[in-house]
Amino acid sequence: MPTPLELAVKLRERFGELISAPTEFRGEVALDVCDPERIADVCAFAKGQLGFDFLLDLSGVDNYGADPRWTVVYELFGLAHRCHLRLRTSVSEEKSELPTVSTVWRTANWHEREAYDLLGIRFRGHPDLRRILMWEGYPYFPLRKDFPLAGKSSEIPEVAFTRSAPLEGGPFVTTAGGADTADREPRARAGRED
Amino acid sequence: MQTLELGYNSKIEGDVVFTRLDAALAWFRQNSLWPMPMGLACCAIELMASGASRFDIARFGMEVMRFSPRQSDVMIVAGTVTYKMATVVRRIYEQMAEPKWVVAMGACASTGGMYRSYSVLQGVDRIIPVDVYIAGCPPRPEALLDGMMQLQKKVSRQPVVAGLTITSMLKGNSKPALNAAPATA
Repeated sequence: MPTPLELAVKLRERFGELISAPTEFRGEVALDVCDPERIADVCAFAKGQLGFDFLLDLSGVDNYGADPRWTVVYELFGLAHRCHLRLRTSVSEEKSELPTVSTVWRTANWHEREAYDLLGIRFRGHPDLRRILMWEGYPYFPLRKDFPLAGKSSEIPEVAFTRSAPLEGGPFVTTAGGADTADREPRARAGRED
Repeated sequence: MQTLELGYNSKIEGDVVFTRLDAALAWFRQNSLWPMPMGLACCAIELMASGASRFDIARFGMEVMRFSPRQSDVMIVAGTVTYKMATVVRRIYEQMAEPKWVVAMGACASTGGMYRSYSVLQGVDRIIPVDVYIAGCPPRPEALLDGMMQLQKKVSRQPVVAGLTITSMLKGNSKPALNAAPATA
């Protein structure tokens, strides 16, 4: 039975400089793929030759303020050898586009749609890159770091509308460290001075 | 021990009950409120518990959960209404026949609850009129039943005959009441 580190070394032998040295943290092995354009090739090799037949998850990270802004993380798993491997690749905000891996694992279809929906990263060659949680026509990407938690107003007639949510004064605002239970309890704080 | 006689005593009153038509109709109405279970989140679990034998919503004539808006009288909005779902909730409300009532069950349906977020409607009363709000996260079945009893009180106070299409037609008002089907002679 191979270990994740051995499989990572095999991946590096095949792709050379494209793949960074594996880092290990709390028993989990991660690799950085330097060129996002090659991610589909790396994934196809990992599935075809190294037995990573299961994409556990695909997620996007917003490194707001840093360049490149986006990191896409691929969690690979092999059901036969039970090894877990993490691949990371970074894309700049200007580009915001990288090849799809839904041709490698079909489960990536919905994961990539989610990353597109919430962060606005596009996956080239995706068979059906529509929004998956928000509705078609919603003008924002709500999981970006520069998008306010309260949301923004939008209006698509007959489809949906949004209004920004009040973040204070609602019935579930809690005062931590209040003097008594009535003060600590989540309750309406509307009309407070502070 | 002497027991107090309440209500209708057939031995004394015979087979006749005197009441106003409005009161009788309101009494029928309030004791056969058929809910439209708009279960959207965990509140719906408490709603289901209310329907089961321990809490037994049938005691109030509300056990007939109708999954068709055409056959239901009161929509129980049980759970978090997201903006994506809001259009659906509104449409189902519009499909319900008059008279109709809405119960906002729990914190989320009433105010958005703890979800101060871009995706959650901050209270279902932003899109449809709500008759009764029930506090709780989620409310216990007793709280739901209490809210439904409050609704029954409200229904019992609403005039029935004055709102009927036939009443307005008999009064010579050619324009039928809103949302009422035209009566055939």
